[in-house]
Amino acid sequence: MHYPSYIALIPLLPLAGFLLLGLFGKKYFKKSSGIFATLLLLISAALSIYTAYRYFFIDGQINGIYHSAIPLKYTWLSFTKDLSIDMGILLDPASVMMLVVVTFVSLMVHVFSLWYMKGEERFSTYYSFLGLFTFSMLGLVMSSNIFQIYIFWELVGVSSYLLIGFYFDKPSAVAASKKAFIVTRFADLAFLIGILILGFQANTFDFGTLIQRLTDSQSTQFIDITSASFVGISLMTWALVLVFIGGAGKSAMFPLHIWLPDAMEGPTPVSALIHAATMVVAGVFLVARLFPVYYINQVSLHVVAYVGAFSALLAAIIACTQTDIKRVLAYSTMSQIGYMMFSLGVSGTVEHGLGYTASLFHLFTHAFFKSLLFLGAGAVIHFVHSNEMKDMGGLKKFMPVTHLVFLIACLAIAGIPPFSGFFSKEEILLAAYHSNKLIYGIALFTSGLTAFYMFRLYFSIFWNNKKVIQNHHSEGTMTMKLPLIILALCAVFAGFVPFGKYVTPDGVSSESSFHILFSIAPVALALTGILLAGWLYKNGGNKPERLASAIGGIYKTAYHKFYIDEIYLFITKKIIFNLVGRPAAWIDKNIIDGLMNGIATVTGGISSAIKGIQSGKVQGYAIYFFGGIAILTVIFLYWWN
Amino acid sequence: MSQIPISQILFVSTALFFIGMYGLFTRRNMITMLMSIELILNSVNINFVVFNKYLYPDKLDGIFFTIFIIAIAAAEAAVAIAIIINLYRSHQSIDVEDAEEMKY
Repeated sequence: MHYPSYIALIPLLPLAGFLLLGLFGKKYFKKSSGIFATLLLLISAALSIYTAYRYFFIDGQINGIYHSAIPLKYTWLSFTKDLSIDMGILLDPASVMMLVVVTFVSLMVHVFSLWYMKGEERFSTYYSFLGLFTFSMLGLVMSSNIFQIYIFWELVGVSSYLLIGFYFDKPSAVAASKKAFIVTRFADLAFLIGILILGFQANTFDFGTLIQRLTDSQSTQFIDITSASFVGISLMTWALVLVFIGGAGKSAMFPLHIWLPDAMEGPTPVSALIHAATMVVAGVFLVARLFPVYYINQVSLHVVAYVGAFSALLAAIIACTQTDIKRVLAYSTMSQIGYMMFSLGVSGTVEHGLGYTASLFHLFTHAFFKSLLFLGAGAVIHFVHSNEMKDMGGLKKFMPVTHLVFLIACLAIAGIPPFSGFFSKEEILLAAYHSNKLIYGIALFTSGLTAFYMFRLYFSIFWNNKKVIQNHHSEGTMTMKLPLIILALCAVFAGFVPFGKYVTPDGVSSESSFHILFSIAPVALALTGILLAGWLYKNGGNKPERLASAIGGIYKTAYHKFYIDEIYLFITKKIIFNLVGRPAAWIDKNIIDGLMNGIATVTGGISSAIKGIQSGKVQGYAIYFFGGIAILTVIFLYWWN
Repeated sequence: MSQIPISQILFVSTALFFIGMYGLFTRRNMITMLMSIELILNSVNINFVVFNKYLYPDKLDGIFFTIFIIAIAAAEAAVAIAIIINLYRSHQSIDVEDAEEMKY
């Protein structure tokens, strides 16, 4: 199986765009930077679709099993004969699928931004940052070893930081970008420790070798890592949980999710690309990448499952009460990623690999409908110049295309057949049903909530004709409608991809089984949610307020996001600042600085006392010199020996 | 031809050395100080030649040293006079007491 080197072009083209636009954008590409970046990405997307075609249909499969291939590899740092950090490209079903998703969604966002960001002062900077992000994300999904993935992991964090803080003259955007960076960076510390434990114990960083050594219960590495323990928990569990914390930080899992809603301060297309479709699923991808190892260690797999399920439920409840449409979408993203996480958590490897497949399937469909939702929200925000739901209503008449695609996306995320979200969510529920009834219950309830809050959003924006919108400017140009329509088509049809045939934990194709009877409960719950949302929000009125006051306490808690931000602030401002920060500052100011100041004072005193010797008189110096020589002569002649 | 005793020659060179030393410490005129340094160097030259002649008559090392010192003295005089000329241009004086800016 031979892959030519064009694969390396897929990430390198966006990188070239980043460098060219970043260095020369303001001077030479003032107007054309958008077109230029979009064309580069178009080539990149075409190449990745061709790669996927080659991989899945021509030469990826050997004897019915999809093997992972490493078309390019280059040893970067070699420590010993066996241990080295490489830079390579790894192709396997998951990474090839991610390649297509990332380049495709990124392309759509590039096209959409041509319209959305038009007339922006830092237009070319925006496109160069998008290029940097796309490059890093592609590098992340194609990484062949765990250290390389860490490098790109940090790079996507940086580009996310840059893009959230794109409007750097807004203090809230600056605060949000810092928050996102610090929270994810904090989680990445755990990730790094996990990598070091895994790398040290398995004596390799390469994914293939690592998985092979740590899943083989006869290998010395496996025996070492499972027999060694720290605080009563085996080192293997520690390493995997620490790696998962890194993934949870990037994927906004509870309790590290606090940065994601604030990250909505960035431009809306950025939210569609980074905080909905690609970067936030990096954690899911990471767990999926190391899935065979997680499967061996059931403790860490349970952590993944319960954190995922809890985050899904928590985010769905919060989403029902938020009024900023982008924040609703942010919490819905968190909820859906929770689905993907627990789906991995309940999965098996060989025979019962349904959860793994379902998780990546949901990642695939979610990327389309969630980026569609965000781009649609971007169009709405551009039209009404506000993020708040109360400023919207009755937009159905003014924005027919946006209305239609938004409806499709809402149906898809709510899991109504035959839209794409239905198929992936069904598989997740099925996987949960087979292995853990508690998680199945949570997931089922959450899917009802999902339908409710999505249609709350939909009805509040497009129906609910409570106020007359005055500005009658047009909906948008073709560059804005085209990506919406393409993504809507994907949101409708992506569910029909026979995903189980291509992406499974062991590379063997499996037929996705489909049970009509099983689907009744979630679909009925989703329909109930939709009807409830319609009843409450379609025609306005004060029904929602009455309901909110009826369940006062719960509503208020959910509206304040369960006070998690406040808890964080309490811990950092009150506890860490007072107990650690202030004593450290005191020690620094009084002891460390005092020591330095003391040394400086003593030196200053001595030198001012003896500076008179340096009189500037040459003959004085000559006398000292010859006097010294005379004294030395006397010493050497009479006292030495 | 009777030889002059070595002690007398050493007496001359020592006297020369201390005369130079005295001049160096007491004269304020830079040219005079330079001349005093030449005296000191020449007293050293005499020492070299004398010890070579009296202790190791079949060798030439001391004489070579003397030649080197003469060369160095010439170079040193050139540099010193250049410095003195520049000092005169900036201070209108060649008195060392007037050039004492480079103190603490």
